[in-house]
Amino acid sequence: MRSPSSSLVPLLFLSSIFISVFASEQLQQPFQFGEMSAPMYTLPPLPYAYNALEPHISAQIMELHHSKHHQTYITNLNAALKAQAEAVHTSDITTQVSLQQAIRFNAGGHINHSLFWQNLCPAKSADAMSSSAPQLVKQIKATWGDEEKFRDAFKASLLGIQGSGWGWLVKIEGGKEPRLVIATTKDQDPVVGKGEVPIFGVDMWEHAYYLQYLNGKAAYVENIWNVINWKTAEERYLGSQADAFKILKASL
Amino acid sequence: MSAILRTSALRSALRASAPTVSTRAGLAGTTFVRGKATLPDLPYDYGALEPAISGKIMELHHSKHHQTYVTSFNNASEQLADARQREDIQAQIVLQPLINFHGGGHINHTLFWENLAPTSQGGGEPPKGALSKAINDSYGSLDAFKEKFNAALAGIQGSGWAWLVQDTQTESVQIKTYANQDPVVGQFRPILGIDAWEHAYYLQYQNRKAEYFKAVWDVVNWKAAEKRFK
Ligand SMILES: [Fe+2]
Ligand SMILES: [Fe+2]
Repeated sequence: MRSPSSSLVPLLFLSSIFISVFASEQLQQPFQFGEMSAPMYTLPPLPYAYNALEPHISAQIMELHHSKHHQTYITNLNAALKAQAEAVHTSDITTQVSLQQAIRFNAGGHINHSLFWQNLCPAKSADAMSSSAPQLVKQIKATWGDEEKFRDAFKASLLGIQGSGWGWLVKIEGGKEPRLVIATTKDQDPVVGKGEVPIFGVDMWEHAYYLQYLNGKAAYVENIWNVINWKTAEERYLGSQADAFKILKASL
Repeated sequence: MSAILRTSALRSALRASAPTVSTRAGLAGTTFVRGKATLPDLPYDYGALEPAISGKIMELHHSKHHQTYVTSFNNASEQLADARQREDIQAQIVLQPLINFHGGGHINHTLFWENLAPTSQGGGEPPKGALSKAINDSYGSLDAFKEKFNAALAGIQGSGWAWLVQDTQTESVQIKTYANQDPVVGQFRPILGIDAWEHAYYLQYQNRKAEYFKAVWDVVNWKAAEKRFK
């Protein structure tokens, strides 16, 4: 084995700059109302500052994740939707079909990240306590026995993802009673099936934790619990699928 | 070569307790001790691929990520051997994705380290001979090939790899992308692979992955690729 040329020093806290930007200065995309118009999505502002989730998620990760990664999904989604609108206008069905994967991936990225930012909050906030979600917690206990068992099951699911993906707590409607399940999805596949309401999600792409946790994703999966927004989770649990996705309409 | 490696990996998976001859692994660095996969030494220092790939990335990538694939593959292999012994077919099926993922991760990274080299050891020097001709026949020129390869890398949705592969039926070369750690096996022979997982570049390039895809050609070891090409 070669000797390492650089030692594993605790990470890049280069960004000593205090980042208080709320990332709300996004350029508004021009909105066309012509025949070939397609919806143009814009980056939803974070509901907190980039450094608000420290020390659990670093400001550097949050800034890149929100202003670069999420923005790229939106940019590519808008381009794909525009191309699709043109293909619909010209009755070009092969192009429409060929665009589907790009739309699924980039729309999924936009949907997932929009939900994710909302289901996180600063650790010191009262919303970060599971007591902010009494009804949901009741159902979690009924399903998994206790909160601890649920968290363990959720963590195991997250760590079992092979490659990029997400873990979600999902409410399934349609039966006699709504039930809760833990679901993992690959890449940017969103939770949008009939009767599925995403309660909260955890991004397991490496970009979500690598600058801070490196290969130690188990620590990320442990620490993320400190910044889960249970108030939002409760609202989604008590609401409908459309309610959970209202953030997307707002980003149009 | 991949067929030999695959057989060897499979054999060690199926008979984890049986001794396996390491020299038959088909890759200089891939060793199997008593049926166990082991982390191969890098053929260069961690910092040797700078500035294209930082020493810190190489160290984590090799000593942590690759090691985890090796460890997890061995664990899954042992469990598979147990399941076979018990004739528990369900358990064997459950283990298949783990064998594919971790075995694939081991194979892919082993090939990857070999098909990179510091510039002082020939990294970045263009291919010669039959491989060069095959690339020119398929893509027109090396630059055109790199452009197509980088587009394939950029198009991966999630974690995965891009490979220059040789079709074992037609002998022609082509670019293929593989999800996660799916290895190049079966009809195709791996010639040259680039890791497009975020861990392969994030500490240095963050979201600017196109810069990594561009820079990595400075440290591609085409000599290793030539040896894989039949
Ligand atoms: Fe993400
Ligand atoms: Fe890798």
